[in-house]
Amino acid sequence: MTTAPVELERPETEEHVRPDLPWVTIVWNDPINLMSYVTYVFQAVFGYSKRKAHALMLDVHHKGRAVVSSGTREEMERDVSILHEYGLWATLQQDT
Amino acid sequence: MTKGFRPVRGGVTIDLDADEVEVLRSMAALVLDLVEPPPERDEFESIVGIGTSSTPPEDPVLARLFPDAYSDDSASAGDFRRYTEDGLRRHKRENAQAIAAALPPRGGGRVTLDLGDAHAWLKALNDVRLVLGTRLGIEEETFEAYLRGEYSVPESEAVAMHVYDWLGGLQETLVQALFGAGSTGRR
Repeated sequence: MTTAPVELERPETEEHVRPDLPWVTIVWNDPINLMSYVTYVFQAVFGYSKRKAHALMLDVHHKGRAVVSSGTREEMERDVSILHEYGLWATLQQDT
Repeated sequence: MTKGFRPVRGGVTIDLDADEVEVLRSMAALVLDLVEPPPERDEFESIVGIGTSSTPPEDPVLARLFPDAYSDDSASAGDFRRYTEDGLRRHKRENAQAIAAALPPRGGGRVTLDLGDAHAWLKALNDVRLVLGTRLGIEEETFEAYLRGEYSVPESEAVAMHVYDWLGGLQETLVQALFGAGSTGRR
């Protein structure tokens, strides 16, 4: 006699998703996009002040990447999608 | 030679000579050639906007234009691509077409863009620079050395490098003109 392994009940894709952790959009440094352009995009897409947008751009430039927004997975997929329209190298992931 | 974009009421304007118009026309065509229209789908898939491509393009230029949305989860990256790549393809084509549509049919002249078209140009100029820069293997150090005249470009790449450099300056004036036009509200 045996019992079915309970793991089978769980949908596979949910395995490593922690619902308590927020999702973030990350922009990665690249050598082509102009610094002024990246600042402009952060203002236009997120409505950030020029000061905040500029600071985020410098973070990307000096640290190689920066978190530019956070929220639900769906919101971050939308942000990444818009940033790809602008040609920024953006990804999303769960915050760690 | 053009002085670049400047803000005007409701948009931006630029004076271009005949050679500059032809460079921009051929660069817009380059993007349109690279970013092919999404293939025909069956009716259901086209209604819901699902594509078939779930893997990143092998060509580094296309991989840069259509990057993975998840760096650590290829299954999610594939799903995201299936649902969004066709739309992104369409968007990039429309932006490149906006450049072609606004250029004088022959010779040089003045081009005036409303804010919507200015944003289409902004994104399309950036796509052209991503294409050329990726093809040229641009890195921050080498490009700065090039600007200082300390990096010799192979002859086969000299024209592309010159155009890349010129487009960077042009895009910079467009960004500054858009800052000047006060158009950074959410869009």
